[in-house]
Amino acid sequence: MNAQSIVYSASALLFSPLLLGVINRVKAIFAGRTGQPLLQTYYDLSKLFRKGAVYSTTSSWVFRAGPTVGLASVLVALAITPFGRVPALLNFPGDLLLLAYALGLMRFFTVIAALDTGSAFEGMGASREVQFSALAEPAFLLCLAALACKTQSLSLSTIISRMNFGLWAKDGPALAMIAVAFMAVLLAENARMPVDDPTTHLELTMIHEVMVLDHSGPDFAFILYSASLKLWVMGALLIGIILPVRTGNILLDFPATLLGMIALALLIGVIESVMARLRLLRVPQLLVGAGVIAVIALILILR
Amino acid sequence: MHLILSSVAIQLLCGITVLFLRRNSRFTSGVGAAGPIVACVIGLIPALKTLSGIANNPIHASWNMPLGTISLGLDGLSALFLLPILGLGALSAIYGIGYLRPYREHKSLNTSWFLFNTLGASMAMVVLARSVLLFLLAWEVMSLSSFFLVAFEREKKEAREASWVYLIATHLGTSFLLAMFLLLGQNSNELDFGQLGGLTPGLAGLCFILAVVGFGTKAGILPFHVWLPEAHPAAPTHVSALMSGVMIKTGIYGILRTLSFLGPPPPWWGFTLIGIGLISGVVGVLFALAQRDLKRMLAYSSVENIGIIVTGIGVGLLGISIGSPALAALGFAGSLLHVVNHAMFKGLLFMGAGSVAHGTHTRKIDHLGGLIKRMPWTATAFLVGAIAISGLPPLNGFVSEFLIYIGAFKGAASIGNGSSIALLAVIAGLALIGGLATACFTRAFGIVFLGEPRSEHPKHAHESGQDILFPMILLAGGCFAVGLSGFGIIRASASALAGIIQPIANNGLDPAAIRAEIFFAADSLRSFTYGALAILGLIALIALLRKRLLSGRIIRQAGTWDCGYIQPTSRMQYTASSFAQPIIDLFNVFQHERKRFKPPQGYFPATAFFETKTLDTSQEGIYRPIFEMVGRTLSKLKVMQHGRIQLYVLYIVLTLIVLLFWKLR
Repeated sequence: MNAQSIVYSASALLFSPLLLGVINRVKAIFAGRTGQPLLQTYYDLSKLFRKGAVYSTTSSWVFRAGPTVGLASVLVALAITPFGRVPALLNFPGDLLLLAYALGLMRFFTVIAALDTGSAFEGMGASREVQFSALAEPAFLLCLAALACKTQSLSLSTIISRMNFGLWAKDGPALAMIAVAFMAVLLAENARMPVDDPTTHLELTMIHEVMVLDHSGPDFAFILYSASLKLWVMGALLIGIILPVRTGNILLDFPATLLGMIALALLIGVIESVMARLRLLRVPQLLVGAGVIAVIALILILR
Repeated sequence: MHLILSSVAIQLLCGITVLFLRRNSRFTSGVGAAGPIVACVIGLIPALKTLSGIANNPIHASWNMPLGTISLGLDGLSALFLLPILGLGALSAIYGIGYLRPYREHKSLNTSWFLFNTLGASMAMVVLARSVLLFLLAWEVMSLSSFFLVAFEREKKEAREASWVYLIATHLGTSFLLAMFLLLGQNSNELDFGQLGGLTPGLAGLCFILAVVGFGTKAGILPFHVWLPEAHPAAPTHVSALMSGVMIKTGIYGILRTLSFLGPPPPWWGFTLIGIGLISGVVGVLFALAQRDLKRMLAYSSVENIGIIVTGIGVGLLGISIGSPALAALGFAGSLLHVVNHAMFKGLLFMGAGSVAHGTHTRKIDHLGGLIKRMPWTATAFLVGAIAISGLPPLNGFVSEFLIYIGAFKGAASIGNGSSIALLAVIAGLALIGGLATACFTRAFGIVFLGEPRSEHPKHAHESGQDILFPMILLAGGCFAVGLSGFGIIRASASALAGIIQPIANNGLDPAAIRAEIFFAADSLRSFTYGALAILGLIALIALLRKRLLSGRIIRQAGTWDCGYIQPTSRMQYTASSFAQPIIDLFNVFQHERKRFKPPQGYFPATAFFETKTLDTSQEGIYRPIFEMVGRTLSKLKVMQHGRIQLYVLYIVLTLIVLLFWKLR
């Protein structure tokens, strides 16, 4: 644990809601609207944190525990995520598995909290969530396995710190395929287009948003904040792969990676603006496709 | 060694004593349950000592039987399997006291407790036996006592059918074992375990296949699992917990023990086990997702977990055959730890399901709902089990899967040839199994315990008594304890693990290298424990923050948001079937779903119905045709069966004469 890791974690806690603002602003520009302020997520969070709450008479303690466990899990995932060259607060061989499964714990509690309301809509969202994440999980772990094979390491911090442009020059196609597969997983796991539509108001078409329909007040703030942290965690990994600026000077590397995160948010915004949501029956094809791309990348690496 | 034998003897003694008590007297359950409990207290001492590296003297005595000697031994492998046998045995016994109480009026509990004690004692003997005859004898007693236990409610048709399926399956499996032991013992005259083996590679391969089929039938690997989802739900809950949590593991024990007779394993053994394990895992959890009956769902999930265990053994074997201590150590360590872990959470989940059935008189998932308010303790314990079995941190399921995973990652990164493709399949397969298990157990917990009651059954539910809750709470605590102290357990049993791997590897691997790999994993697990503690600590912190934020604010209760619809009923909730339907449809190659429906028609639809049934592909596609053919063929022999005693006597006389001539010839 060192000072840089702490600075990075603090900046993640601070900046992650900004990503959602950037995405929404890009979508507004594409649609010809002025759009909400860049800092809207911060305003939402501060408003929600100051509110009371409404609970369904059906729900039990599971519903109230869901957002808390979710935020705790994603914070641990953040503690394992390196940021460019900066190692994570907690790193050990095999930490990539803890990352994947801490996010799994978050999903488990989101799903049972949704089922706790007894609403058919939320049950529907929960059912879709477990279906798609069961398919995203192998693709995610195969991407990590490919990176582990490439860098001969089992710790995310070491893996990302060993990425550099030389590696891209040597193994460009394989790394590009990993990045593509990872991007598909990132979009699915973070409930973005083309898998899920975060803006729709029709409960029938949503996945993540419909699961949290009943939450309110601080609980909903936890959910919103967890979602932006999760986007940050997976985004930081992707940027660590595709933008390996390793000058050795922390004053250059750190801002470069931070700019990379903003660029990623821009990219997600563009994808959301130019693509429609896939039909639900098509989503498994996207995710299995991501897994297949990761396998091909692995074969290229192991060859 | 004497302690462990007296632990077996006490179970037998209590079993026999209970037979002589008055039918359902006040002491029946007490004496019956005392056997497994005392046996556990006495037996765990030598088992734990052996695991920490203290050797035992084997017992060897002659026996007045052809080919028979009495050989008993206690090594690391036996001790490891003794932990769940004794531990879960005792807890199931405590659970059984409360569970059997309602049956006092019309059932003989004495017989049930006698059989329960016999089952416990015979399972212990299976792992202690060191001669073929003793092993098979214990194996048969174990099968028969569990058969009678499954048939406990023999007035019910499904219990009778289930017990028959089980009896046939287990004996078909045993016939493969007989052939295997005959092959193995061809060079010895006493059939002691020490003398088995020395086979040519071809015969060793044949023995390996016989062992996988024979022991795999008991363990419930695909496609020999068909008895499991029939027998486990039919048995009384404390028995199904013991069968699903422990008895099927004797099949795993058998495979591991046999591997140590077979000489150095060629790579295809590892590939075979990885393939079988992954298929059992994925298909098992898919079937579990499709089930409507809570206990049947848990039985299929046992197939899944046996799949994970077999995958781990496959990874370990592959490691031995390509000479990688990392793969061998981590594969076997993960798989053996999963044996213990699965006993804990599957026992817990079965007990939870039994408690639900006890309180609501139904096991149909779609009829339940909202039980968390009426049965809070059962619900919380079941939730712990559900998280553990989904392999999520900070509980024990993650630890054992972590070991297998990290073995596969290390192997794939370092080897770089055909074997690493198999290891990638392990990584992807375990990830898929984990994701589907999350789907399966959020469904089970969410539909059974959350929401509103879906029928009249759960509305009148009541929490179970203390003797039913106590073992569940203990097991839930155990899931946390193993989850957080995995590193210590692995480190302390490093020598025992090396001792288990050595005979299988035919001393081909350096024990120091194996220990070093286990220490490496233990170090990783220690860091994982920090992460797990961080999760728990953060949950506590955020919960406090939430409490502070909400204190003094307006907190209202209202109906669930229903999109403006005014009169929601509990029948509008999502059901277990609808929750699983998209996944079942996606994977319909593995399972056959039969749908019958009549859609509503016209403006004022009168009748409409929808009905689905998920059939087991291997049962419908393989076993039913075969058994129907056998049945048709054998029915031609009916001419010999006519019920005339004098003709039957004639058959006996003729047989004796033929045998006499054959002997005199």
